[in-house]
Amino acid sequence: MTSPVLVGKNARRFTAPGVIPGFGLTFGYTLIYLGVIVLFPLATLIWQSSGLGLSGLYAIASEPRVAASLRTTFFISFAAAVVDLIFGLIVAWVLTRYDFPGRRLLDAFVDLPFALPTAVAGISLAALYSPNGWFGAPLADYDIKIAFTRWGILVALIFIGLPFVVRTVQPIISELEVELEEASATLGAGRLQTVIRVMLPPLAPALLTGFALAFARAIGEYGSVIFIAGNIAYVSEIAPLLIVVKLEQYDVPGATGIATIMLAISFAALLLINLVQAWSRRRFGHV
Amino acid sequence: MLASAHSQAGQTFLNVSYDPTRELYKAINPAFAADWKARTGETIEIQASHGGSGAQARAVIEGLNADVVTLALAADIDAIASKSGKIPVDWQKRRPNNSSPYTSTIVFLVRKGNPKAVKDWDDLAKPGVAVITPNPKTSGGARWNYLAAWGYGQKKFGGDEAKTKDFVRAIYKNAPVMDTGARGSTITFAQRGIGDVLLAWENEAFLALKEFGADRFEIITPPQSILAEPPVAVVDANADAKGNRQLAEAYLDFLYSPPAQAIIARNFYRPVHPEYAAKDDVKKFAKIDFITVDKTFGGWAAAQKKHFADGGIFDDIQKQELTR
Repeated sequence: MTSPVLVGKNARRFTAPGVIPGFGLTFGYTLIYLGVIVLFPLATLIWQSSGLGLSGLYAIASEPRVAASLRTTFFISFAAAVVDLIFGLIVAWVLTRYDFPGRRLLDAFVDLPFALPTAVAGISLAALYSPNGWFGAPLADYDIKIAFTRWGILVALIFIGLPFVVRTVQPIISELEVELEEASATLGAGRLQTVIRVMLPPLAPALLTGFALAFARAIGEYGSVIFIAGNIAYVSEIAPLLIVVKLEQYDVPGATGIATIMLAISFAALLLINLVQAWSRRRFGHV
Repeated sequence: MLASAHSQAGQTFLNVSYDPTRELYKAINPAFAADWKARTGETIEIQASHGGSGAQARAVIEGLNADVVTLALAADIDAIASKSGKIPVDWQKRRPNNSSPYTSTIVFLVRKGNPKAVKDWDDLAKPGVAVITPNPKTSGGARWNYLAAWGYGQKKFGGDEAKTKDFVRAIYKNAPVMDTGARGSTITFAQRGIGDVLLAWENEAFLALKEFGADRFEIITPPQSILAEPPVAVVDANADAKGNRQLAEAYLDFLYSPPAQAIIARNFYRPVHPEYAAKDDVKKFAKIDFITVDKTFGGWAAAQKKHFADGGIFDDIQKQELTR
């Protein structure tokens, strides 16, 4: 295989041979797989909704019920990702920094939400948090309702998002040297100061990645949510459910319209997070 | 949804049905296979696919190779006919009784002792009564629930549409959860303990009683309800392509036969020929004043457009509930 001939600044990037050969082949595979598996389906989605045009998309997005479901989806997904960010960091910290009996087992448990069919998660959570469930019954005594309200959606989204933060932050924490903390302490920093000024900055990019992944996963989540959400229009109806509703009425353009809107918002959000990440990388240097 | 997928032409046979018929066809299929073998000597394998009625119809439109469809609503088979052309549009005239070999209706399942004293549709609209029903937008069964309530309101208010709408809105205002399908609602009510009354297919209500215990629930049959006619049809284009035409016709005809009618009654659907069924099975079905979709709503196409389409009355009802 001949290497592509390029001129200019970028030429070296394409022609410089690595220690292990095979760039041409692997680059070709990368393009084909990415194209067939990711880009082509997305292009089909956009093509299917292209008949609507921008004004059509806007009309769909501003329809009160769709707008309400988009707000519900994105707001609660964001809130869930924030919770995952905080607790994921704590979990990752404990799992990497401390040794205790059953640590490996606990470590393995973190991955379960990844592997579990989401409907199973939804049904189990609904059973736990419904007014006659193990968690739901005591809460119901205080008139707190989780299942079949927006809180139920939040619980489900926190559950499915947690591993993303834990798994992205874990390797960075294990790389952080304990000496750094000790140095900070001996130089007179308080504990809080050590955490905020010494420990957190190098973790920031990984935390943001975990946050972005948890957020993205939550936006697309359907299976675990519909069982616990209650699905009341304008209150606890998520956008993916409205897509199903539209399909149920054979309204394919309407469904792809909502999907395209979600895609656009998600893309914008992820782009923003990436920019923040790039900035924090430049700012703190690490990783 | 699909149990297994063999592709030997002419050998396998696929019935695409909706959720609450799972138990029914599990009993019918071996009976038909035995009957077919006795008549022709052929051994056949019948596969059944179950899911939400609308989702099943869409799957057939998009190419699921069904020989016959046995769905919850005529509207879903109409959609297959009009969107894929695989079934002629006059399909419903091809078999007796609007192509429905069994009927059902909508009843109330309440907790034992009926603590909220639910007797009739009026009681569902009272404040403080929590009503569990699936979402009419995603569930065929839920559309029967809605139309039954509407039909009652129409009669009560002498055809005054505004009052009927207020009445139906009051019922949906009492719904704390809307599942996407009938089974989901049954679980929410029976297993999660949510709500005071479940609007259910009569056969689902009996199944729930059997499944969860007659000591916990009871069935309340309202004096008036809707005659639910789940229709069946051969998917002509598919059956012909697979060489299954005769088999498909025989399968649907079998549903009207004495042995099948007995199985139907045993599985809590109302047989169209009660004389073929066991007396004890038929005795379970209370006498109800039935309204029908054709007479009260002018057929499914009209009902669908007026009530359930985007911007229809159901959307409107939900919209005006923003305040709760």
